[in-house]
Amino acid sequence: MSESASLMTEEPAPETLAPPALPRLLAGIHARGAMDLESHLAVHGPLPPAHKRGRRTESPLIGRIERARLGGRGGAGFPTATKLRAVADARGRAIVVINAAEGEPASLKDRTLCQSLPHLLLDGGQLAAQAVGADEVIVCVCESASASIHSITAAIAERRRLPGAAARMQLSVVPSHYVAGQEAALVNHLNGGPAKPTFTPPMIFEQGVRRRPTLVNNAETLAHVALIARHGSEWFRQLGTPTQPGSTLITLSGPIAHPGVYEIEHGASLSSLIDASGGTTADVRGALFGGYAGAWITGDLLPGVALSGEHLAPHGASLGAGVVLLLSEDACPVAETARVARWLASQSTGQCGPCVNGLDALAGTVEEIATGAAQAQANQRIARLASLVQRRGACGHPDGAVNFILSAVETFAADFADHARYGRCEACGSEELPLPIRMREASSVNHELAWTA
Amino acid sequence: MSHRLRLNAIACEAHGMCAELLPERITLDEWGYPILDEEPLPPELVDHARRAAQACPTFALLLERERSRA
Repeated sequence: MSESASLMTEEPAPETLAPPALPRLLAGIHARGAMDLESHLAVHGPLPPAHKRGRRTESPLIGRIERARLGGRGGAGFPTATKLRAVADARGRAIVVINAAEGEPASLKDRTLCQSLPHLLLDGGQLAAQAVGADEVIVCVCESASASIHSITAAIAERRRLPGAAARMQLSVVPSHYVAGQEAALVNHLNGGPAKPTFTPPMIFEQGVRRRPTLVNNAETLAHVALIARHGSEWFRQLGTPTQPGSTLITLSGPIAHPGVYEIEHGASLSSLIDASGGTTADVRGALFGGYAGAWITGDLLPGVALSGEHLAPHGASLGAGVVLLLSEDACPVAETARVARWLASQSTGQCGPCVNGLDALAGTVEEIATGAAQAQANQRIARLASLVQRRGACGHPDGAVNFILSAVETFAADFADHARYGRCEACGSEELPLPIRMREASSVNHELAWTA
Repeated sequence: MSHRLRLNAIACEAHGMCAELLPERITLDEWGYPILDEEPLPPELVDHARRAAQACPTFALLLERERSRA
């Protein structure tokens, strides 16, 4: 009783709450270069005193994150407090992994945080380390994100003069392929193996990096932790919806004046985000939510769309890792789906039979439809292949790819039917949906940890 | 106590022995990879399931025991 009372009083009193306005995460961001430690502390204030856990008591930060109802921002939305608690309760000294290894071609938020606001995410990593009893924080960044690598390296060096920074911080450069940012793949990479998913058990929160309890959190999730620790859960919940409080980063791209990363309140309308980005530059045929594991909503429905899990769910969509990709009327949704489906098949790590064979067969079938070479009942073939792939891989990649393909087939059914009958259309040459320019083999990558502190 | 089948999809190399030894619960997809029925096994199938798991050349088929929850 007395413990919970003291936890309550530790929250900032409502009258001292910072204003609820946006931006929160992106406050003080400059157009060029990283925010240095001094400016970071001037914008956000000093790190609050250590929220350490006691020998028998939980860190008060975990309860605060729970009351904030912070969900993971890597796509799954798992309650962050539950994850922290599992690692804190596991036996052995924990390790914290900051997952900034975004492999989603249409997502730029991890890069934005690393390049421009490195201290915000390192604050979050440091606070999480104190909360779970970890002495090490590893920041995982894609090898293709060279600006992020430089910025994080410099920021880690700068933080050595920060008092109370007990946890050792280091950077690890991760191969840039789609699945490398998956939790188990990151842990396998940090253990000296390939950046590929593994079979569970063991559970990562019990036995992850070097068989120690491991907390893997998305970069944005930890950036929110850095602010919740400073301003409290009540402040956090002043924005957003009751089930999805707070703000979130959205990477908006496609035919719009200023594509990029925006911070919005959960539940904000898509129209307001598009207005903030300078408006559309072409008619919009549809929008893809959640990236290449996500789902489409057609252009006519977009004016009514609000950006939160509960608003998108009736459309079969979610925000995923905060990706909204608009497709213009000048593009062919069938050819675009075929191109991305082939890329998704190429991003299978080659470990599970249904993913290797199923995604290849799905991409082939979509390609046949796109060129008018499909046999009768190609749609049934897609449905059958989808059922052979779903929930049969060691990770979520095959399921995500199937979601994307099935959503495109359903949303653009008339276009798929036209292509099946008449073959390629005039817009088929368009290549609007972004894919990485180079697709490197994971094996060509140097897996050494880059030790910087 | 009930038993369930589980597959390590990474270890599986589509030898197909399991589907021959336990056709009641395992079929093969068009590429030869097993599709499992993961509902709890009836007692009369547990020995057959154990044999199927032991016959897998890559130890990819697992027979997992779980305590039934009250």
